Amino acid sequence: MRRAGPLPWLKPGVFVGALVPLAAILFRAWRGELGANPIAQALNQLGLIALVFLVAALACTPLKAFFGWTWPIRLRRMLGLFGFFYALLHVSTYAALDQVLDWHAIWEDVTKRKFIFVGFTAFVLLVPLAATSTRGALKRLGYARWKRLHRLAYVTPVLGVMHFTWRVKKDMTEPAAYALVLGALLLVRVVIYLRARTSAPLQPE
Amino acid sequence: MGRLAKDPPASEITPEGLYMRRREFMRNAVLFTATSAGVGGSLLWLMRGGRAEPRPSERAGGTDASEQQLTIARYGSYTTDELLTPYRDITSYNNFYEFGTDKSDPAEQAHALRLRPWTVRIEGEVHRPQIVDMDQLLGWVPLEERIYRMRCVEAWSMVIPWVGFRLGDLLQRVEPTSRAKYVAFTTLLDAEQMPEQRRHLLDWPYVEGLRIDEAMHPLTILAVGLYGKVLPSQNGAPLRLVVPWKYGFKGIKSIVKIHLTEEQPPTTWNLAVPHEYGFYANVNPAVDHPRWSQATERRIGEFRRRPTLPFNGYAEQVAELYAGMDLRRFF
Repeated sequence: MRRAGPLPWLKPGVFVGALVPLAAILFRAWRGELGANPIAQALNQLGLIALVFLVAALACTPLKAFFGWTWPIRLRRMLGLFGFFYALLHVSTYAALDQVLDWHAIWEDVTKRKFIFVGFTAFVLLVPLAATSTRGALKRLGYARWKRLHRLAYVTPVLGVMHFTWRVKKDMTEPAAYALVLGALLLVRVVIYLRARTSAPLQPE
Repeated sequence: MGRLAKDPPASEITPEGLYMRRREFMRNAVLFTATSAGVGGSLLWLMRGGRAEPRPSERAGGTDASEQQLTIARYGSYTTDELLTPYRDITSYNNFYEFGTDKSDPAEQAHALRLRPWTVRIEGEVHRPQIVDMDQLLGWVPLEERIYRMRCVEAWSMVIPWVGFRLGDLLQRVEPTSRAKYVAFTTLLDAEQMPEQRRHLLDWPYVEGLRIDEAMHPLTILAVGLYGKVLPSQNGAPLRLVVPWKYGFKGIKSIVKIHLTEEQPPTTWNLAVPHEYGFYANVNPAVDHPRWSQATERRIGEFRRRPTLPFNGYAEQVAELYAGMDLRRFF
């Protein structure tokens, strides 16, 4: 019999919770409760949830550093993959429902509008991360190369926050909140990195 | 008779290991449920922009006043055969930042607005300046229905059956002087009634303006109603401007002052983001917003985007107002 690891409820619990926004959007769409402009509403909410997951995935290491918790690290891959999943739904909603696969208009948007350009870039960068998220991919790439590639996980939420900021008409409260959290999480990493460097034992020449 | 079954046979006793696993299973089931509910609930909260669910009483939208029918003297002077946007959408999807930046905020918050008594000051370059009570003002002008397209600068649109009167008729009554080149409008400034005015998101009060020839144009109206009924607060009650060939933000709501001037007046969105919102703000598919295209729009209730028309389809009536003007420069 397979022995369950510690906290066997954690991953399934987060997994089901992570699907709640999608279920809520589908349910509201079906009931006609997404408001007068349902496509815009679904588009905005899917994008926001994608950003939440990408930022949440960056919170795992700081939580370990500050509180010594190791359980968030076990969630990191799943959080990142949910970020990609919601980003994929967000981009698909934009292309298929908002622009009705008008490739000319989509190309114009991506190349002409900087907020769509950075958002699209973030999505493109997420693709290799999602594709190499398996243990097998890690082995094939080798840990060093895999780790270097997955540093992109720091870039994508930054682009996501820029995308959010540039699309808002005037009220910056929400993008600013995400920028603040993201900034704090990245700062923690800089501190961890500097500490590791200064406290590392001197290497013999 | 055998002896009483005092103890269950040994074979029926749950083995201790299994009993403990059952307890563990129950514990894990509870923790699983709590985790998924916690994660799901937090995400739903973030989806609403980190705000509580509106109370059911605030959700309905519309105030008691909006049930009042208006007496309409004239129909069909300007109309369209396009499908009307449902009342529910017109009254629940609003930009009225004095009540919040979310589209659903005005319908939830605008009940705080006290619609009576309401006075409007008409002043500046006029021979007969007035401070007029709203009900008195309504006695001056016969109401008519105008079915107009409304194109928001955010690239969505509606078709709205307004009830109102020509702004030009009101202005003629107060006799503009020869120096009256522009008309400036001001929204109520009162954070008690308009709670979001406490946040300095925009420079309150909201101000807008028109050139005098735009203001006198027969298409330009002051609206007091919607779908034959008194205008709901979230749509700018009791008195709002409607200029159908301009982007929606020109349609200033809950007006308390009309000031005729010689100089071009400041306008709120232009002050806030000058390179994105101009004084003229004529609907123009050829001039993009710096951050998004204005070539197409989504009509509320429709699936596919539709092309945006120059001057929102009113070019025939208003294009001559701008003859010789570079509309890329004067956007």
